[in-house]
Amino acid sequence: MRTRLEAPAVEPLSIERTSVALSGATRTYPGRSRSAKPTEGLADVTLSVARGEVLAVVGPSGCGKSTLLELVCGLQEPDRGEVSVHGDNSAAARLSQCAYMAQRDLLLPWRDAIANAALALECQGVGRREARRRAAPLFRRFGLDSFEGALPGELSGGMRQRVAFLRTLLAGRPVLCLDEPFAALDSITRAAMQEWLADALAGEPRTVVCVTHDVEEALFLGDRVVVLSARPGRVVAELRVDLPRPRPRRETVTDARFVELKEQALEALAA
Amino acid sequence: MRRLLPAGLILLAAIGLWQLVASIGSVDDLTLASPLETARSLADDWQLLADNALVTLTEVALGLAIGVALGAASAVAMHLVRPLRDAAYPLLVASQAIPIVVLAPVFVLAFDYGIGPKLVIVALICFFPITVSMLDGLRAVDADVLKLMRSLGASRLATLRKAELPASLPQFFSGLKVAASVSVIGAVFGEWAGANDGLGRLVLLANTQLQTPRVYAGIVVLTLMAVALFALVTLAERVAVPWKRTEASR
Repeated sequence: MRTRLEAPAVEPLSIERTSVALSGATRTYPGRSRSAKPTEGLADVTLSVARGEVLAVVGPSGCGKSTLLELVCGLQEPDRGEVSVHGDNSAAARLSQCAYMAQRDLLLPWRDAIANAALALECQGVGRREARRRAAPLFRRFGLDSFEGALPGELSGGMRQRVAFLRTLLAGRPVLCLDEPFAALDSITRAAMQEWLADALAGEPRTVVCVTHDVEEALFLGDRVVVLSARPGRVVAELRVDLPRPRPRRETVTDARFVELKEQALEALAA
Repeated sequence: MRRLLPAGLILLAAIGLWQLVASIGSVDDLTLASPLETARSLADDWQLLADNALVTLTEVALGLAIGVALGAASAVAMHLVRPLRDAAYPLLVASQAIPIVVLAPVFVLAFDYGIGPKLVIVALICFFPITVSMLDGLRAVDADVLKLMRSLGASRLATLRKAELPASLPQFFSGLKVAASVSVIGAVFGEWAGANDGLGRLVLLANTQLQTPRVYAGIVVLTLMAVALFALVTLAERVAVPWKRTEASR
């Protein structure tokens, strides 16, 4: 079942360098009715992410990508197997180590942009005003300072997603879990956002698990790409993206090596 | 202002028709006062109407405030405690089948002729729309937002304060609009069951004294009161829920 298109590029990770680890993680959902068969969301997934590494997970719609991410974040528990972050497999520990960013920006419409980002701090008990004060430098650094006071309804989709990402960063967690962060955007905005995210991560290095159904996005953002099969999702390929950073978008996506990796990924997806 | 034009035209037409019907000789003056007679009564009895309106308005405002406070509190309680919702919600719905009009005299017996029974009746009438709409609002929060709050490490209380309560505001205001409109009716019922003053009592008294124009004048003032309350709530909603308009215009 598991066809490795490449020899494992990484040597087995030592415990200290491992940030996220799944071993044999399986998640089954009970059927809608009593007679319906339970559906498998994720089947026997084993993978690990090194500290500071960007792992992109790509797979067809409904293959359990989001389930995988929610397992990592501690929002769900596996039925079988184990999921651990920094060596701890309890849901509470995973919740406290991971920041989750969904496909939809989930900005609260009554809060202006900076208050939305500051929500991450407020949830940790920081006062309203202090949270805003601490969020401000991040807005300046990412060139969003002129939009601080705008309500989400006044922002474009790309801007909203940037604010959502700042909120994710402000949670101050070592691991970022990004669930198709740009899927809701048009393709031009998405391309710009991918470069923006790559830049942002260069400045704020974190361990990242990024789930997407877009092979190009996975290869552009990831240090490594894991390909999942259709439901139930299993790992069918693992590709190391040996392209130097920074990766200027136009040069990168037309690079011969990039195209080769893309073909391998697409082949694995089609299998 | 422009949006009010059609409603204004219909109102004018209705008043015109009213005047026409009242001018036909066959309609008894004791049954129907014409708009002109009503206007005359409004002018002549102004002081009397104003004094009584103030009494009724006090009953409405206090009763509404109590109803809103109790309604919002019980909505939050039922939202936070699932067994409480399961136990109380069906009873709450069933309680709406009890005609408050019938209960009004009982309250008067229990609480005397003062403001007490009116407050109870207004609060009871306002309680239900507030509770139901706010509970719906609290429960309608996006499941993904709740997931986000959980991943951000928010406590139950923080989730309520920062996500659920603000999100329920539009629904709360829908309930408040209904409550504000029916609150005046509640006060009138309360006064009919027994009172020393108030517009409801004035209308009842004028009716028995065959002062038909004064009955109509009282009804006009009561209507204006309900409309003004509704407008006030709408204004408050605009101030409290400014994002609703930016959302809608998006």
